[in-house]
Amino acid sequence: MDVVIVGAGIVGAASALALARAGCRVTVVEERFPGGGATAAGMGHVVVIDDSPAQIALTSRGRALWESLAPHLPAAAEYRRPGTAWVAADDDELAEAAAKAERLAAAGVAARLVGPAELARFEPALRPGLAGALVVPDDAVVYPPPVAAWMVAEAIDAGARLRRGVAATAVEPGGVLRLTDGGRIEADAVVVATGAAAARLVPGVPIRPRKGHLVITDRAPGLIRHQIVELGYVKRAHDVGTDSVAFNVQPRATGQVLVGSSRQIDVTAPAVEPKLLETMLARCFDYLPRLATVPAIRAWTGLRAATPDGLPLVGPWPAIAGLWLATGHEGLGITTAPATAEGLVAGLLGRDAVVDPAPWLPARFLAVPVEAAR
Amino acid sequence: MNGPADTARSHRDTVTLVVDGVSVAAVRGQSVAAALLSRGGATAWHVRTSVTGAPRGPLCGMGVCFECRATVDGRELVRTCQETVRDGMRVDTAAPAAAPRACPAIPAVPRHGSCDVLVVGAGPAGIAAASAAATAGADVIVIDDNPAPGGQIWRGGAARPEGGARFFPGTAVVTVTPSGAIQLQDAVGTRQVVARRIVLATGARERFVPFPGWTLPGVVGAGGLQALVKQGLDVAGRRVVVAGSGPLLLAVADVAARSGARLEAIAEQADRVRLAGFAAWLVAEPAKLVQAVGLARTTAAVYRLATFPVAVRAAADGLVVTLRSGRPGRERDRDVACDILACGFGLVPNTDVARAFGCAIGADGVVVDERQRTTRPDVLAAGECTGIGGVDKSLVEGRVAGLVAAGAGATAAPLLAEVRRARQFAARLLDTFALDPRLRTLASAETVVCRCEDVVAERLRGFTGWREAKLLSRVGMGPCQGRVCGTATAVTCGFAPDDVRPPLVPVPTGALADAVSP
Repeated sequence: MDVVIVGAGIVGAASALALARAGCRVTVVEERFPGGGATAAGMGHVVVIDDSPAQIALTSRGRALWESLAPHLPAAAEYRRPGTAWVAADDDELAEAAAKAERLAAAGVAARLVGPAELARFEPALRPGLAGALVVPDDAVVYPPPVAAWMVAEAIDAGARLRRGVAATAVEPGGVLRLTDGGRIEADAVVVATGAAAARLVPGVPIRPRKGHLVITDRAPGLIRHQIVELGYVKRAHDVGTDSVAFNVQPRATGQVLVGSSRQIDVTAPAVEPKLLETMLARCFDYLPRLATVPAIRAWTGLRAATPDGLPLVGPWPAIAGLWLATGHEGLGITTAPATAEGLVAGLLGRDAVVDPAPWLPARFLAVPVEAAR
Repeated sequence: MNGPADTARSHRDTVTLVVDGVSVAAVRGQSVAAALLSRGGATAWHVRTSVTGAPRGPLCGMGVCFECRATVDGRELVRTCQETVRDGMRVDTAAPAAAPRACPAIPAVPRHGSCDVLVVGAGPAGIAAASAAATAGADVIVIDDNPAPGGQIWRGGAARPEGGARFFPGTAVVTVTPSGAIQLQDAVGTRQVVARRIVLATGARERFVPFPGWTLPGVVGAGGLQALVKQGLDVAGRRVVVAGSGPLLLAVADVAARSGARLEAIAEQADRVRLAGFAAWLVAEPAKLVQAVGLARTTAAVYRLATFPVAVRAAADGLVVTLRSGRPGRERDRDVACDILACGFGLVPNTDVARAFGCAIGADGVVVDERQRTTRPDVLAAGECTGIGGVDKSLVEGRVAGLVAAGAGATAAPLLAEVRRARQFAARLLDTFALDPRLRTLASAETVVCRCEDVVAERLRGFTGWREAKLLSRVGMGPCQGRVCGTATAVTCGFAPDDVRPPLVPVPTGALADAVSP
C-alpha cells in the first residue's frame, strides 16, 4: 500500500515508522525538518489522562508503547520516568485525587495517594499547606525533537522516503496530494498529520489552534523530582472557551525545569505574551515559591490542535476519499503518538485494533453517515 | 590608562570577598571576574566547571558568554565580569545546589518610569546619542548592562552622558512588551520604561572561531582581555599572545603592553595584500592613520600577518599555542608559550534588542537610513550595531540619532557627510579583514563549539539551519543563548541564530512575571 504522510512531527514520524515497518511504501512530506513544530514546543510529558474512558485507553496505550520504545531511543531523547505528582491544594481537591486514583486503578494504572507529610518529603520545594497528591509513578518525560528525527530515520531504513522543503497545498479525492513545488503525489491514502495546521489543508476539519506558553530555567538539579501538576489542570484544559493557566512543572534530564502551562483558544500569533506569562508564572510560584529565584533562560509558545470534544481525529475523513487524519491531539500528542500510529496501521491495513478506534474517528464530526461517504 | 585598578592601587583600597568559603583580597572598583583571575596560581582562570566537567574561564569580558558566571550573594547566574566587588561579597563558583536554596526577596512592586528618549547602551554611540538628545532638551535615560559607562571595545568620546541624561548601569533589556515598553532588569529587580523614542546603541561582541583548545581557561577574547584589564585584571609580567583579526588586535596588544604584559606574538589572519589596500586607504583619512601607527609602534615587532592559531594546549606553566603562517600549501607552524591567549576574529553587531523590537536586520547589522532611523518608526540605532566601523562612526551616528530622537533632526544635517564617510570606512574594514576560509575548518570533531552545553563540532554536522541544529544538538540552548556559539557556527556551519525570544538575557524566573504595566 502507498501512503503519503503530511507532516513529520511526532505523530507523522511515529506513523511513518509504524506504516513502513508494516510493509507500506511511505512518503513523508515535511516543509521544514522533522520534529520542529508543536513537537518541539511542547513539554514531552508522557501521561495517563483519565477524563474519559476513551482518553484513559488511548493515553495508557501510548504510555505503554513509549515504555517498549524506550530501550531503542537515542540518548538525546532523554526518556525518563519521574512520574507525575497531581497536587491537591485543599481537601476538596484531595477528594478529587481519590476519585482519580479509583478511575486509574480501574484501568490498571498504578497510582498512590500521598498525604502532606509524604508530599513534602517527595517534593520539599513545594509550599507548605498543600493537602497531598496523587502520584502516578510510571508517567514519563521525553525530549521529543530527537525522537521524531530518529523515527523518520528508522522509517527511511525501513524503506520510507522523506521529502523535505516542500509543503502540501491541497488534498484531492482519490489520494492525490498537491505540493508547493507544483508537483503531486498519488497514493492509496494521504495521512494529514500537521497538527493545528490541518484545518488549513483540509477545510472543515474541526481543529482550532490553542496556544501555549512555556519557560525553561537554567540547571537547578533536584529542585523538583516529579512532573508536578495541579489537580485543576485537566478541568482547565477541558474548558476550551476560555484562556487558562495551570501549575505544571517538569524536571528535565539536564536538571533544568520546564515551566507551564497556558491555554488560549484561536490565538495563533507566536509572540510570547507578557501578561499571560505573568499569570502563568504567578500560578506556579504559588505552588513552588523557589522557582521565582531560578534563572529563566527562554520562553516560547506553540500551538496545540484542539478538537471540540478533546479527543483526537484519527481515521478516514469521509468528505474526501483517500484522506486520513492524524491530528487533534491537543496537549497529548507526544503521549499518544505511538498509539495513534498503531491505530492508523490497523485502520489502513484492516487489522484488529488494540484500542477501540471508534471515539477517535473523524467521522463523528460529520453529519453525513460514515457508511454513505465510503 | 585610567582603569579602576590604577585608581584603586594608588589608594591601596582593598576589599575582601569570600570565594567558595575562602577569603580573597580584591581591589575596590575591580570586577568580580578580574578579582577572581587576579588571585594568582595555575587555577586562577578556572572560574567555572562546564556541564561535562571541563574547567572554564572568562572569555568575552563583556557579559555575553556567561563563562565567568557564579552565584553572588545568593543571586544565581551572575556574570562576574559585570559585577563590581563589594566588601564581604559571597561568591560561589559551583553550580547552585537545588535545596535548600537561598531565596532573596524580589521587590513586589516593579519600578516604572518614562522618558522622551531611552538609549540602550552607554558606549561611544550611546553616550553621544544621550548627550545630544539631552542637550537638545529631551528627557533621556541611558541604560547599560555593564556597571560603568564607556563601552567595551572602542573607547573614546565622553566617559559619561552629558546634558542631564539619567544613567542606569548594570541594567539589561529583558523584553519589549507588545505596547512597546521596555522591561529592564538590574541587580535589584525589574524596571519598566516607556519612551517616546528609543535609540539602540547595543554595540558589538567578538566573533569567535573554535579551534582545538579554545575552551581552556586562559584563552580569552581579544576584546575580552581589554575589557578585563579595564576591569582591574593585573597582567603585569604575564606572557600574552594576541590572535585573530582586525584593528582591535593592535589596540588590545597596546593595552596589554602598557599594563606590563609581555607580548609574545600578535597574529593577524589577514594577509599583506589585503592590509596594504587598507593602509593606502587610511592615508586618505589622516586621523585613522595616526591612530593606527600610534598603536602599532609599541607592538610592531611581534605583529605577524597571514598568521592564525590552529591549536592551544595546557602546559605545566601555562599554555602553548600553535600559530600557523603562510599561504595554503606553504604553511609553517610554530609553538609559542604564553599565560594568556587573547583571541578575537573581528566583531559582530549586537542586534538582539533590535530584533525584539521587530526592526529589520541586514547583513551588516540593524538596517538604518541616513538619519539612523530603523524600520520601526519609534526606534533608532547607532554605532556598531548598525555595522562595524569603529569609534568615529559610533560617535557621529550617535549624535545624529540623539538629535533625531529629540526632535532636533534639522540640526543633524551638517553631520550627515561625516556619517557617510564613516560608513565607507566600515565597509572597507569588513572587506580588509574578511576571514581566511581555512579558519572554517580549524575545529576538530571533538572541539567544543557551544560552550554552555558542550556541544562538539561533530554533533553540528548535517543540519540545514540553526533551529534544527539547536533542537537536535542543544547548540545555543544555554544561558549565552547562542551569542558566542552562533558567531562560531556562522563561520564553521554557515548558520546562526535568526530569532530572539524573551528573556533577552537570563533573569530570575520571578522577573519574567513582572512584565506587565501597572
